[in-house]
Amino acid sequence: MLRSGIIAKKVGMTRLFMEDGRQIPVTVLQLDGLQVVAQRTVEKDGYTAVQLGAGSPKVKRVSKAMRGHFAAAKVEPKRKIAEFRVAPENLIPVGEEIIAAHYFEGQYVDVSGTSIGKGFAGVMKRHNFGGLRASHGVSVSHRSHGSVGQCQDPGKIFKGKKMAGHMGSARITTQNLQVVRTDTDRGLIMVKGAVPGNKGGWVTVKDAVKKPVPANVIYPAALRSAAEEARRLAEAAAAEAAAAEAAAAKAAAEAEEAAMQAAEAEAANATPADDAATGGENNEG
Amino acid sequence: MDLIAQLEAEQIAALGKTIPDFKAGDTVRVGFKVTEGTRSRVQNYEGVCISRKHGAGIAASFTVRKISFGEGVERVFPLYSTNIDSITVVRRGKVRRAKLYYLRDRRGKSARIAEVANYKPKDGASA
Repeated sequence: MLRSGIIAKKVGMTRLFMEDGRQIPVTVLQLDGLQVVAQRTVEKDGYTAVQLGAGSPKVKRVSKAMRGHFAAAKVEPKRKIAEFRVAPENLIPVGEEIIAAHYFEGQYVDVSGTSIGKGFAGVMKRHNFGGLRASHGVSVSHRSHGSVGQCQDPGKIFKGKKMAGHMGSARITTQNLQVVRTDTDRGLIMVKGAVPGNKGGWVTVKDAVKKPVPANVIYPAALRSAAEEARRLAEAAAAEAAAAEAAAAKAAAEAEEAAMQAAEAEAANATPADDAATGGENNEG
Repeated sequence: MDLIAQLEAEQIAALGKTIPDFKAGDTVRVGFKVTEGTRSRVQNYEGVCISRKHGAGIAASFTVRKISFGEGVERVFPLYSTNIDSITVVRRGKVRRAKLYYLRDRRGKSARIAEVANYKPKDGASA
């Protein structure tokens, strides 16, 4: 039951102090207008997936071709687009918005992003080599890698030999991060620990592949429309309850009023009789 | 205000801690919650605050130094930690540095700090 992941923006890191005295380092991820832009179906594409878009770029900076793509889906132009493989029954209709309630507190997720670029890095930084000695005749090459191979046999350097080179700016997935808190109103998800990439960078979040899928995840996704519907229903129910209560209160008030009136009427009926009685006595007198 | 600062401000407000006005040089008593097995109690730790770090945000911390059985002991407390039961200012010290790391090299008489004679609480700060 593979369900869709989300695209989120890395806002930054902070810490949370819990009631039991623990403090948890968290990365704040933000959902920014996350909508379904397209669907991939078996009939058309040979596999099932949803294409999500997030962020709000300036329209003039979106290419005409992409503008057409977004117009076909009837969504605002998006900054970042990503596809998520889903089970056929978990396809989400185009245009639906996914909200932060997609993940619940305590759930484990995998977060992928582009790591911070380090440029051309030496072996000590890139592969944690030890370098050469500080003295004992080492000259100029204190941070070098030393020997890279053997002799005439094999007479080559093995493929994959760890050497200096470009480091960072690679796609990295951090697995099994725990969701600590979610905020649906602001579209925030806080996960424990660090997440690849710079602040302001885009990351994708998926259910952890190395943990069993929790029973209470929402299928196909936590959608804004569903949340609105639930809210509307709850409000309607609340309104109905309030109306019923008001009606009951009104009925009670009416009953009370009627009782009061009846009592008054009784009193009024009683008074003339008394008057008449006294009047009769006077007449007699 | 950026989102992180806003979240931190919200959390500080939600924690609802009253932090007394204190700085490096002041002698403070920190009531720290200690859990032993199932029961928890408050342990007091009293000493000279030798540094305040990381501003007024949620990450703020302070270091308290005391001499325990002839041995210098320093503890770093997160200012907004939920483990901190109370912070009491015992004595206001008069110092000319924000970080009193020089106290680590001193013992006895030379490690004394003069008391502030005319302490005035800052506006809006609880003494």
